[in-house]
Amino acid sequence: MMQHLPILQVLLPLLASPFAALLRGRDVAWGLTFVTTGLAFLISIALFFQQRAIGETMIYELGNWAAPLGIVYVIDAASALVLPVISGIGFIATLAARQLVAAEIDARDHGLFYAAWLLTIAGMMGQVTTGDAFNIFVFLEISSLSAYALVAMGAGRDRRALPAAFNYLILGTVGATFYVIGLGLLYMLTGTLNLADLAERLPHVEETRAAFTAMAFIALGLFLKMALFPLHFWLVPAYAHAPSAVTALMASTATKVSVYVLIRLIFGVFGVEFPGLADAVGLLVLTLGIAGAFVGTLAAIVETDLKKLFAQSSIAQLGYMAIGIGAMSATGLAAAFLHLFNHALMKGALFLAIGMIAAQAGRATMGTIQGAGKQIPITMTAILFGGLALIGVPLTAGFISKLYLIRALLEQNFWLLAGLTFISSALALAYVWKIIEAAWLQPRPNGAPVLRETASQYIPAWIMVVATLGFGIYATPLVEAAFAAAHVFIPSVAGAN
Amino acid sequence: MIVMTDQLLGQWNYYLVIILMMIGFYGVIARGNMVKKIVGLNIFQTSVFMLYISMGKVAEGSAPILTGDPTTVYSNPLPHVLILTAIVVGVSTTAVGYALIIRIQESFGTIEDDDIIAQLDDEEETA
Repeated sequence: MMQHLPILQVLLPLLASPFAALLRGRDVAWGLTFVTTGLAFLISIALFFQQRAIGETMIYELGNWAAPLGIVYVIDAASALVLPVISGIGFIATLAARQLVAAEIDARDHGLFYAAWLLTIAGMMGQVTTGDAFNIFVFLEISSLSAYALVAMGAGRDRRALPAAFNYLILGTVGATFYVIGLGLLYMLTGTLNLADLAERLPHVEETRAAFTAMAFIALGLFLKMALFPLHFWLVPAYAHAPSAVTALMASTATKVSVYVLIRLIFGVFGVEFPGLADAVGLLVLTLGIAGAFVGTLAAIVETDLKKLFAQSSIAQLGYMAIGIGAMSATGLAAAFLHLFNHALMKGALFLAIGMIAAQAGRATMGTIQGAGKQIPITMTAILFGGLALIGVPLTAGFISKLYLIRALLEQNFWLLAGLTFISSALALAYVWKIIEAAWLQPRPNGAPVLRETASQYIPAWIMVVATLGFGIYATPLVEAAFAAAHVFIPSVAGAN
Repeated sequence: MIVMTDQLLGQWNYYLVIILMMIGFYGVIARGNMVKKIVGLNIFQTSVFMLYISMGKVAEGSAPILTGDPTTVYSNPLPHVLILTAIVVGVSTTAVGYALIIRIQESFGTIEDDDIIAQLDDEEETA
């Protein structure tokens, strides 16, 4: 049983999905989803500790076919770190989904909703675990196709969800197809699709133009998927008009998985030594990352719809992850992993809290939360802490990731970039302050609907807030895990952290 | 000269792939009609299928069915199998895309990008 854990965490949600589709009655389908995601979460935590205890890569061979002929699932320090993020967020978002989905989705569609929900989680878990490049594409499409359907389900309340889902589908498919083109070129050059095998054979052909083109296609496709500026235009409408539960799940996991796949491909397959990688991809990612950090933050400052505001801020935060990748060092990668982890927690908390407001008031705008600090203090405090973590205030998890990001940039003597990163983070204060001002310093307008909060509404968001604060105050184990993940791709240098 | 023509003609499959790819990509980007966008997307994906299938061809190779004769040269079946999967993915994407278009037609009364944007802008102004 124990040796089958790597496949079980993907299989469970995958197999539960058709059953969820058949189930009628809102609590039955939800119950199945809750149990399944809970089990997947427990399994991924067990895998994390198992991997830490062994200290080396665990390989699971599907059907006992050894690599490179068979498909293998790989649990190393990197995938072991990202898996609990996805399944954990999936589990807590499911916990919150019971109320959010009941409020926002037609009761007759609940079975289908949870079927797509489980599929998208299964697809993301698969992308992270698999050691086969084509398998990544298949899981990518499983998670994306169900995500398009989930976004479109927002149409019951807000018809703008439909064009948003359509544009997401077009750009998502173009991104995935670019990835496949790159993969085709790699297969032509090396004759293998196994990631480890590819990494071994690529150095023999690394001087060819085809190898460079393959890298360009793969990177571009994944930039689209991770919504790196300026390829982020699908993200804001999709997040803003999707059902609130979907926004919370996707904002904390979907783009993160693409960041992970990018790291896996760029560093795990091509490797930092690959000719042209540091110049072309590294420089590009750094430039786009810092540009995205500013554009996203500035757009968030002028936005009044809370879902759109935090979607724009996601663009900025993805920019910081890109900067970590672009630093092309172990510290940079560790910072990217840290931010991936921490940002998932913060955005999860924020979107769950906002979702609870949106589910009651129809929309969550600056007007909706005006003076709400007294009416729903616990929910608004969760948003406040989430916002502070986004800025990177000390004692929150956001501080830890920004600290290591700036450290990585200073190690490489990128003084200007470090300064810009600091400035753009500080700018985030503007939109967080806007929320504080609206919620606490302004009176509730006469005639505004009364907002309510019950324990079951704010507990999911607060679980994430507590985790954000916990990892911010006691960060050592997480930082160690992030460096272990980074060293999978860039071996540690003696004396360095 | 002969070498150059050889190179050009010997890679005709890639030229075909690139031409198709660009036609499809143009359709996706330049067309405002959502059905045409999906058609463009299909052409774009098909070009990638052809890229894979043509790379599996081995000169003088037969269909990869065991003949028992050790001297038989087979074409590489793996790209074909991969593309079988990719075709399924493409069909599903098309299905989801068309399903969305039907819903968009129902609620907006149009499937032109510009008209939808105009409608949404009006909504924002009145809101």
